[in-house]
Amino acid sequence: MLDVNKIRNDFPALDQMVYGQPLVYFDNGATTLKPTVVVDTLKEIYSKRNSNVHRGIHYLSLRMTEEYEEARKRVRKFINAGSDREIIFTSGTTASINTISSTFGEEFVKEGDEILISAMEHHSNIVPWQILAKRKSAILKVIPMNDKGEIVMEKLDDLMHEGTRILAINHVSNALGTINPVKEIIQKAHKENIPVLLDGAQAIPHGIVDVQDLDCDFYVFSGHKVYGPNGIGVLYGKEEWLEKLPPWQGGGDMVEKVSFEKTIYADLPFKFEAGTANYPGAVGLAKALDYIDTLGKDRITAYEKELLNYATSRLSGIDGLKIFGTAANKISIVSFLLEGIHQEDTGMILDKMGLALRTGTHCAEPVMTRFGIDGTVRASLVFYNTIEEIDRLYEGLIKLKQMFK
Amino acid sequence: MTLKEVQEQIIEEFEIYEDWMDKYNYLIELSQGLPALDHKYKTREYIIDGCQSKVWLYAEMDGNIIRYTADSDAIITKGIVALLIKVMSGRSPEEIKDADLFFIDRIGLKDNLSPTRANGLFSMVKQMKLYALAYFTKQQKL
Repeated sequence: MLDVNKIRNDFPALDQMVYGQPLVYFDNGATTLKPTVVVDTLKEIYSKRNSNVHRGIHYLSLRMTEEYEEARKRVRKFINAGSDREIIFTSGTTASINTISSTFGEEFVKEGDEILISAMEHHSNIVPWQILAKRKSAILKVIPMNDKGEIVMEKLDDLMHEGTRILAINHVSNALGTINPVKEIIQKAHKENIPVLLDGAQAIPHGIVDVQDLDCDFYVFSGHKVYGPNGIGVLYGKEEWLEKLPPWQGGGDMVEKVSFEKTIYADLPFKFEAGTANYPGAVGLAKALDYIDTLGKDRITAYEKELLNYATSRLSGIDGLKIFGTAANKISIVSFLLEGIHQEDTGMILDKMGLALRTGTHCAEPVMTRFGIDGTVRASLVFYNTIEEIDRLYEGLIKLKQMFK
Repeated sequence: MTLKEVQEQIIEEFEIYEDWMDKYNYLIELSQGLPALDHKYKTREYIIDGCQSKVWLYAEMDGNIIRYTADSDAIITKGIVALLIKVMSGRSPEEIKDADLFFIDRIGLKDNLSPTRANGLFSMVKQMKLYALAYFTKQQKL
């Protein structure tokens, strides 16, 4: 069992009042709060240990380089990748996806080819592929979902064929909470020789990622959604794929030898890390992953399941409340609307009650269009949230309904 | 009432509400009192682009003054829209285009009307002033 009260002490941001009410932070899908150990690490680096990596021969630079490379190992272990060479540090999920859409697209996608995504993608896993499709005169195809917010697997079979170059899909939907059956999807895709990129931004904080077990070709996520710093992200790619791809951005650190006639690129993973690395971010991220492992991934998953079940049953009991995303397999996200009340009104009033929730399209407009709505209110819960906080949301919604009667 | 006076009156009205909930209840009340916008103006052309709620705004000249009518699909936003119309509607283009809307800050709605907020309200003020500027320019040419 997790000792949630003890855990909450690790997140000073939870201990504050907003509009005279104790803060309830249910916007974890947008970004998670940071444990003290992560904040302290950043502070120590910037105040004592800061020095650019991979370049210097002096003490501080050598130590920082060591820490940076240790962080890479830490990430590899966390997602169970086969080699450190497969872990690229980027600025976040979006940058990671753009790296692949650009480089893979350049090398392997040609006119008339198809790129496959799903109906429940975040804009970050739609727009880069649209840009690629336009650039290469390729075609973007979309796997539909059902009314529960689950991928229609039979349609997937129809949509994959010889001309399909890549399948890019989220592991977990940010707007609905659906955990997609990605292992099965990957097996199907691989049978057709289609590589798969998984957008893991929402899956990674819930501790359910093992890239070797999934057998995905690319896996991407952001540090700030997994209790780590902003501006750091990860691109995992199978070595065999990364070797075949050209570099994306040119600059320092990604080169072996440069003359005006010819440049020899550095080996993996540095080939994809142009410019000064975000080493404080990487080390901070490693600390966050340590923190999660100390709590225990299994214990986190079990507790968050409890939160989801409680929130779902409590909110379902409110007359006129509809939950969007009722997949059998979900992480602790509850997206909902109150009948006849705009999501923005709901969000604004809850805010004044001290409850931080997200409202709107959640950067997944096509998902909203699919359900014929403008947006939802989203509560995304994690291990530092409590049953009592869900009760406060319930009571807040009851009060709010009275106001709009 | 002058532009300044009507704003001061609103500030006074809001001062009696200490609690946020009461303020929002008052905005809900105001939204109910907003004169309806003719259905034919609830189209793409009159929409003010915002991220979350939709706001429609229509302006027309009535003699020397501008009359605004508007609507929104979100209630709180509609209440704030009602406030803006109360302050701005029925004034000359010249007065509106340079209006200093100090009441927004004073009644604690700055968060709702700041340009960084992802909704249409800041754009609404801008759009109201743009209409005024257009009418003003037209008047100058006559």
